[in-house]
Amino acid sequence: MTGGPLLELDGLSTHYVGARGTRITRAVEDVSLTLNAGETLGIVGESGSGKTTLALSILRLLPPGARIVSGALRFEGEDLLAKSPREMQHIRGKRIAMILQDPMASLNPLFTVGDQVAEPIRVHEHASRRSAWAQARNLLGSVHIAAPERRVGEYPHQLSGGMRQRIVGAIAISCGPRLLIADEPTTSLDVTIQAQYLHLLSEIQRERGLALIFITHNLGIVARMCDTVAVMYAGRIVESGPVRRIFDAPAHPYTRALLESIPRFGEADVRLTAIDGQPPDPAALPAGCAFQPRCVKAIDRCRVERPPRFVVGAKHGAACWLCG
Amino acid sequence: MLLDVRNLTKHFPVKRGLFGGEVGRVRAVDDVSFVVETGRTLGIVGESGCGKTTTAKLVLLLERPTAGEIRFDGHPLGSLQGEGLRAYRRSVQAVFQDPYASLNPRMRVGEIIAEPLVTNERLTADETRVQIHRLLDIVGLPQRSATLFPHEFSGGQRQRIAIARSLALSPKVIVLDEPVSALDVSIRAQILNLLRDLQRDLGLSYLFIAHDLAAVAHMSHVIAVMYLGQIVEIGEARAVARSPQHPYTQALFAAALPSHPDERRDEIILMGEVPSPLNPPAGCRFHPRCPFVMDRCRVEVPTLRDSEGREVACHLYTGVVSAPTGVPAG
Amino acid sequence: MSNSRAASLTLPWRFPSVRIEAQALIPIVILTVLMLTAIFADVIAPYNPEIGTLGDRFQPPAWLTGGSTAHLLGTDHLGRDVLSRLIFGARVSMVVGFMAVIFAGVVGTVLGVLSGYLGGWVDQLIMRITDTWLALPGLTFAIFLAAIVGPSMWNIVIILALVFWTRYARVIRGEVLSLRERDFVRLAIVAGCSKRTIMRRHILPNVLNSAIVIATLMLGIVIVTEASLSFLGVGVPPPKPAWGLMLADGKKGMMAGYWWLTVLPGTCIALLVLSSNLLGDWLRVKLDPQLRQL
Repeated sequence: MTGGPLLELDGLSTHYVGARGTRITRAVEDVSLTLNAGETLGIVGESGSGKTTLALSILRLLPPGARIVSGALRFEGEDLLAKSPREMQHIRGKRIAMILQDPMASLNPLFTVGDQVAEPIRVHEHASRRSAWAQARNLLGSVHIAAPERRVGEYPHQLSGGMRQRIVGAIAISCGPRLLIADEPTTSLDVTIQAQYLHLLSEIQRERGLALIFITHNLGIVARMCDTVAVMYAGRIVESGPVRRIFDAPAHPYTRALLESIPRFGEADVRLTAIDGQPPDPAALPAGCAFQPRCVKAIDRCRVERPPRFVVGAKHGAACWLCG
Repeated sequence: MLLDVRNLTKHFPVKRGLFGGEVGRVRAVDDVSFVVETGRTLGIVGESGCGKTTTAKLVLLLERPTAGEIRFDGHPLGSLQGEGLRAYRRSVQAVFQDPYASLNPRMRVGEIIAEPLVTNERLTADETRVQIHRLLDIVGLPQRSATLFPHEFSGGQRQRIAIARSLALSPKVIVLDEPVSALDVSIRAQILNLLRDLQRDLGLSYLFIAHDLAAVAHMSHVIAVMYLGQIVEIGEARAVARSPQHPYTQALFAAALPSHPDERRDEIILMGEVPSPLNPPAGCRFHPRCPFVMDRCRVEVPTLRDSEGREVACHLYTGVVSAPTGVPAG
Repeated sequence: MSNSRAASLTLPWRFPSVRIEAQALIPIVILTVLMLTAIFADVIAPYNPEIGTLGDRFQPPAWLTGGSTAHLLGTDHLGRDVLSRLIFGARVSMVVGFMAVIFAGVVGTVLGVLSGYLGGWVDQLIMRITDTWLALPGLTFAIFLAAIVGPSMWNIVIILALVFWTRYARVIRGEVLSLRERDFVRLAIVAGCSKRTIMRRHILPNVLNSAIVIATLMLGIVIVTEASLSFLGVGVPPPKPAWGLMLADGKKGMMAGYWWLTVLPGTCIALLVLSSNLLGDWLRVKLDPQLRQL
């Protein structure tokens, strides 16, 4: 373990290749980012932005047909792209963990909660069943599940949505990972349950020095939880930087439009700024800048040439010709 | 007032065994009263199990109430059948959450939009076509959409189609059940703006149901907060959002995500889960999770009372006893 | 406007664009050939299938010793040309098969829709009938009915339809139960549509895909049942050629080594059943994800 960044992506690109190699969808294109230990990164994007594919790329859990075609991926200084499937297996769940949106889909309805929380411990740390179950009980306590001794014997369908998501969280942290990737973890939860859950994640992060990556479409989560933000559009990062800078002075028109389109309390009479059109189909991207058809500030150059990333401030950059 | 809902109650019996002896009741909606005024929006917020969707179904007459009544334009809906029911349906339409499930995948968009017209009026083919075009225009979709099928449209566009259809009979009230939750963030503003414009131009009233507090606060004139089948607070949207009175409303608004990293909210983290409407707690239904619970709350059910310009059902506020229906207009 | 993500097979008069993969090509070709054979049997068949010359009996197919090009696939125990009988037999099998499947489909789908949408006593009644019907063993029941009403092609069609409608009803009812909860049905109620209109306009078109898939899968079973009935002597009456009947007749010749009298009609049956099953499987995959996606 060096003093370098925990996670480094350098020009990472993931493409989906259709049957017979004809259709190529550039789901993730030329993504570079850095994450330090204990930090929280928010990756913001809508459907088709490639954010989930990015998360799966980091864990090398891509579906058949998808391939990382270029770029570098380093975790704790180690090149993840050079790892064999067996080595990746040791990393997943133990050093990098993931939480998904739907807790019911993440839990196996046929196994007890205890079995499922204990499983990673047994697999990665070769613990005995008894010891793993004991650790599972403790973990349930860490995620604030009341009466853990009783819960370990229960099945997922006996628990509420919020509790299930906590179980998923417990499974994720069971082997002490350094990085936790959460893909829309609270989208299916009620507002107050979501607040509880985010509070819990913050607590776990503080206690265990976890780095978090939040994949979300909700800027509110970013505002609440994240230190840095990367905004994705059509597979590329269009803006990235410290969270306050992004919220105070967004440089990219997409980021700006997103922030202005969200209703805020106390602004009931203000007309929301809508973004015309819809997010592009990743298989059929426009020429030049992908956002240009919907951008109110587009200039001729935008339609022809794709802008590179321009530095706008300290660690803050945006891919827009207007920033160059 | 256009829609006057009084003491609306809906219980679903839970049956066991082959011959169905009733072993319990799901108190989905319990003694709910509110008013929707012409040209105004009533927003209903609440979490899972609070009864807001059931309330929507009751207003749309997709379910019949166990007790209570709904008056439309002064006339009680009661046991409306036939022509009376038809007239009501003409005036009250709906837009639902899932744009992918709201449109029959086998019908062309023009047919979908015109269905309410075809069902309720005798129009010639030409007249129908004119209406379809008018409605497509209103929601900002191109004319050629009429011959296409739903799957050729994006989520936001489908929601526009659903809105166009809901306007076909020139209704007075539209029930919007989570109309933008399933849409991409950048599309939501489009649809919300459209809805507001339509309200302004056509004098529509909305029953806006959502879990996104900011969206509800943005769109509504009046907000009603529901918990486990009951309204715990109801009043002017601005007032409720700025200074919520009921402890649940406070927790709800405190839990809402900030719109800026520096926005500090008092963290009110509620304990426990939302109890099931099958077995609501005695007394005030919120008391097991309430940070300000008193002995009285465990026993006595609080009723809605006036407090600082809105109505709150909470023992913390002893105010003037008001008539349990309606909301002060304006 | 985003394009449709994949080619969709909906009802022919709506959307004719379909992408046919190799997997489906073979069954489609085979079924088309069989259908054309059945339609143009009069033109294609070299001989009258029902009349034979006793002097020419048990001639082997042309490529074996003793065979001749006069009878490409040989002759049977009555001297009738096997090829012609196979060709006309295709007509019987296809007609009986398709008709039975269609009749069963119509009855089963309608009852399934009524049962699923209306619920209540209608549902109970139809489901109890279905349960009872399903409890009867298909083939035995068919034999029983055939023995009662006597053999004739249309009787067989009706009997087969009666035996197999329940498969549809069950599955369609299940689909309707979930369709009923979909938002577009709710919105139709809100728009004031009557139950009848909803069933006709919203429910029925959306279960047709499933009905079609079930039909293709049922075709194989129906054909085999028809062949079994013919084999047992209670199917389509002789001298009309039916593949099952040819199997039965050919049985007598097995010991003497006249294998073509059983193997050839058996192969035809197998081809037809296999093709319809493969087609049904392909259709199911093609249509289902579409449904769920929508």
